[in-house]
Amino acid sequence: MQFKLDRRVHYSKAMLIATPIMAVGLSMLVCTLLLLVLNKPVLLTFHSFFIAPFENFYSITEIFLKFGPLLLIAQALAVGFRAKVWNIGAEGQMIIGAIAASSVPVYFVDSTSAWLLPAMIVLGALGGMAWAAIAAFLKTQFNANEILVTLMLSSIALQILYYLLLGPWKDPMGFNFPQTVMFQDEALFPYLFDGARINTSIAIPIIFTIGIWLFMEKHFGGFRLIVGGLAPSAATYAGFSSKKAVWSSLLLAGFAAGIAGMSEIAGPIGQLQRSVTSGYGYSAIIVAYLGALNPIGIIFAAFFLAVLQIGGDVALVSADLPISAVHVFQGLLLIFYLATYTFVNYRLRVVRPITQATPKLTS
Amino acid sequence: MSTIEFFLAGTLSAATIFLLAALGELVAEKSGVLNLGVEGMMAVSAAVGFVVTYETGNHLLGFAIAGVSGVIVSLVFAVITISFLANQVASGLAVGILGLGLSALIGNNHESLTIASTNGIAIPFFSDLPLIGPVLFQQNIVVYLTFALALCIGFTFKHTRLGLAIRSTGENPHAAQALGFPVFLIRYCCVAFGGLLAGFAGAYASTIYTPLWADGMIAGRGWIAVALVVFGTWKTGRIAFGALLFGMVSLGELIAQSMGARIPSQLLSSLPYIVTIIVLAIISTNAARMRLHAPFSLGEVFDGSESR
Amino acid sequence: MSNTPTTPLLSLRNITKQYPTVIANDQINLDVMPSSIHAILGENGAGKSTLMKLAYGLIEADAGEIYWQGNSVSIRNTAAARKLGIGMVFQHFSLFETLSVVENISLTMPGSREQLSKQIIELGDHYQLNVNPAASVHSLSVGERQRVEIIRCLMQDLKLLILDEPTSVLPPQHILSLFDALRKLRDNGVAILYISHKLEEIRELCDTATVLRAGKVTGSVNPNEKTAKELATLMIGHDVPSVTGRDQQRTSEKPLLKLSSVSVEAQDPFGTSLSDINLDVHGGEIVGIAGVSGNGQQELSKVISGELLSKLLAPNAINMINQPAAHLGAADRRRLGFSFVPEERLGRGAVPPMPLSKNALLTAFEKGMLKKGFLKKKAIASYTQKCINDFDVRCGGPDSTASSLSGGNLQKYIVGRELMLTPKLLFVAQPTWGVDIGAATAIRQRLLDLREAGVAVLIISEELEELFEITDRMYVINGGALSPSLTTSALTPNDIGEYMIGNQQELRETGGNHAV
Repeated sequence: MQFKLDRRVHYSKAMLIATPIMAVGLSMLVCTLLLLVLNKPVLLTFHSFFIAPFENFYSITEIFLKFGPLLLIAQALAVGFRAKVWNIGAEGQMIIGAIAASSVPVYFVDSTSAWLLPAMIVLGALGGMAWAAIAAFLKTQFNANEILVTLMLSSIALQILYYLLLGPWKDPMGFNFPQTVMFQDEALFPYLFDGARINTSIAIPIIFTIGIWLFMEKHFGGFRLIVGGLAPSAATYAGFSSKKAVWSSLLLAGFAAGIAGMSEIAGPIGQLQRSVTSGYGYSAIIVAYLGALNPIGIIFAAFFLAVLQIGGDVALVSADLPISAVHVFQGLLLIFYLATYTFVNYRLRVVRPITQATPKLTS
Repeated sequence: MSTIEFFLAGTLSAATIFLLAALGELVAEKSGVLNLGVEGMMAVSAAVGFVVTYETGNHLLGFAIAGVSGVIVSLVFAVITISFLANQVASGLAVGILGLGLSALIGNNHESLTIASTNGIAIPFFSDLPLIGPVLFQQNIVVYLTFALALCIGFTFKHTRLGLAIRSTGENPHAAQALGFPVFLIRYCCVAFGGLLAGFAGAYASTIYTPLWADGMIAGRGWIAVALVVFGTWKTGRIAFGALLFGMVSLGELIAQSMGARIPSQLLSSLPYIVTIIVLAIISTNAARMRLHAPFSLGEVFDGSESR
Repeated sequence: MSNTPTTPLLSLRNITKQYPTVIANDQINLDVMPSSIHAILGENGAGKSTLMKLAYGLIEADAGEIYWQGNSVSIRNTAAARKLGIGMVFQHFSLFETLSVVENISLTMPGSREQLSKQIIELGDHYQLNVNPAASVHSLSVGERQRVEIIRCLMQDLKLLILDEPTSVLPPQHILSLFDALRKLRDNGVAILYISHKLEEIRELCDTATVLRAGKVTGSVNPNEKTAKELATLMIGHDVPSVTGRDQQRTSEKPLLKLSSVSVEAQDPFGTSLSDINLDVHGGEIVGIAGVSGNGQQELSKVISGELLSKLLAPNAINMINQPAAHLGAADRRRLGFSFVPEERLGRGAVPPMPLSKNALLTAFEKGMLKKGFLKKKAIASYTQKCINDFDVRCGGPDSTASSLSGGNLQKYIVGRELMLTPKLLFVAQPTWGVDIGAATAIRQRLLDLREAGVAVLIISEELEELFEITDRMYVINGGALSPSLTTSALTPNDIGEYMIGNQQELRETGGNHAV
């Protein structure tokens, strides 16, 4: 007996929805085995991951705090992935966005201007876009592979961050810690509730999501990008510029990641420091895929991964689970998602070799 | 050892990591499979290699088990891309993310521990030669074997039936299947071979080159290895040359310090990445040459259907 | 023949193969005798290729039996087929471009390269199929590649040779020498299965013909005893439809398309560079470009469509509808009144996983389908529906994906979509490739109607019959260069063949009267 994949004439919508759910199920299965191997309490761990985050109000607001940047970056990355522009350097674009935005409070330490925050938003967006533009330029002018370039640029961005934090931007009163001064209130997003870190910046990813949904589902610009990703020759034939697709995908991602970086330093962190990205740039890749690169799906996926991150923090304390276990779980999610996604376009068939004596007729 | 000797010997040693991983990736790509999970495979094997060597004191065992773990991770990639027809780029990223997580998990209890370093093999007579003796003839055996392997792989692709079969699978899997080649099997084997070499590269990094474990110690070298295959336009000789170049660049920090130059260390740490970007841009400009040398079906999903 | 053996070499019994949307082979029976040339005749989509792939072990039948020299066998893969003595030459060759000829052959044959090279030369001399063993495949012409494939089959102990539409890639002159080689093979005891939809060549070459229609055998005949018309009726089930046109009458004074000394370097190292192309097409005429594939058709079509832009060209090196167009992109050229149907339907002319409605958007987006860049669903749907109705596209409606349509129906859809743009200049590459006769006739009739309406029509085709049927003038492309303009009515296929194989010099002197 053998298994074979037959291409479906039409893709399966049911499978499209079932795929992320199967991926989650399979990942949890493998993680259970892993926990048994590591000799960790399975039930307690899953409780920490999926129930504990919802047990109090503060924790729920923390989920949304993580949800924002994940949603923002993933929406933009998904646009690029659909156009087959493989920007995996959102991490670097986020860092540069945060750096650019931080320049305002760092150089205007005493300013209380109302323009502080808007200026930071603009600079954050521009910083991320500038960093992404390097990759777009090298791709369109020199045909340089954007996967490698964006990745390398992330490593460089991190070194720039370290340089600034250890040198010119280091807080002189900061006991030699690699971080800037704490920013003044005027440079921070206002809190939504007392006693919670969630702030008004959550509006940005939500508005952005609506915009992306309109663009990808209803607008000709989105259509052009999708055609470029599905059938590059058809895009050329129709006269859609592939260079434009590279530029717009990368600039969009730079924009989103830059603002995400900015909203970290002008939100929960309140200063520029080494851990400014919390790995959002990489997690967003998983979010984009788990959401089937669909603006609506990504909302759910971003929420799920935000829960996972908060749950990971809980499990760190309650079950003594290393934070790397969360990364393993994320990796598994993406792997199982990609494997099961096959069944959206293919149907599994069991083939039995036909025997000579009894030929089977298919009617 | 003089500074220059130390530097050149270090270059060769550092280059070995790049070369091993890049050769593995070359073989996988020649069969038409783009495995971007090299970084993840190296990270897992580096952790496994270190833990095994630390616990047993046996370098050989550490190396062997690291190789096996590299193969296992590569097979995860192979299953989803070759059997489940998943997008190779996304799958490579997935394996990379999984590998980094796993490596941290595996090395969790060994963070910042060290093991005894190994001695190089001094080749009689030659090792006593001035300058080139210490540089070329007192290296670890892995260094010699790696460069010998580069020659072997180059020869295999050029002159053997096996090499032709792999190349033809990478150029046109449909035609290769029509000729009766087991396309899926060839690709599985090539990807697994890539995993094995990435595993050795990781083990070399964590048990010989810098015999200590620190989370994130692979530090992008797997990605540079992927880039090296492009730099070398899928030719072993040029890949080896590129590996030496990057071995040298990665020592930049040490040289600068020894020369007392006042350059920010972050700039020096960025140097390999900056060089990667620049070289990549220069090499890729000539699209026609890339098309001529790159395996034609690289990165494309092959579902075994009989027609093009 | 007096000593005809009675046991067939290959017998297929009740072979059935089903694909998700069609039954490609439905209870097929076939007997191939040794030392015979046996035609499998049928139009596109009749199931010929599927049947041959089954015999060569490329795919497995769902049901049925295969007998080889009277014994039941199962041919699980191509290696098993070769072991029996079966060889196959594919329509799209299974050669590797980056390998040399001898390297390609060494993939399936044991022996050192020196030995193999010697054998290649010997076999080449014997059958007049000469080819340089050390040459890289990508440097070979299509005809030479076919020779390599045939030689590869000959190097094994060959008993049955399967050829899939072998003449579609050859100029007329080379077809004759291929036939000579095949006859010589037959006389040496090899059986040949010859797949084709070309009636005349089957009548000339083959001893037996099995006719397939829609996956079923509709007859087994001696082709020499039947007229082409009788064979055609067996093949398509009714009388051959024909197209009606009238004599040429140019309606535009100035050409609507004019290429002046266009030279473009190939981007692809395996491509063909265009050199000094001069071409014009006027309103109210159909101009054809003939040639063996791989002689620059791809590049020329991209240069005309605007998919390939060369900064080195002067703006008016390409003049389109009285505008300098060399620097205009594909969409801008469309705005001038130009329409293009490319040769690859899936992936270029249409996006395979997208519904037909979204595929309408690909080129017709300026036909009121957008409002401030946003899609107008109703306008898109009605355009699509009109195209489906007017051009008789058989499909499940505007939401069917392009990939779910048959070749002929998708081609009708793409042609329809482009014609609904009401072009002044229409360019069609391979209008009827892989299209069934019904659809092909409908498409040719449309082109003739357009000429009537004063549209300038340019066609690239590898089907000479088609070009002779509908064009007023022709050019021949060879090695990236174009012949002078030739008047169709004053031409014979052999004249075209001379240009195809590059004897222009000769022809210009002797047959200069053809040039316009």
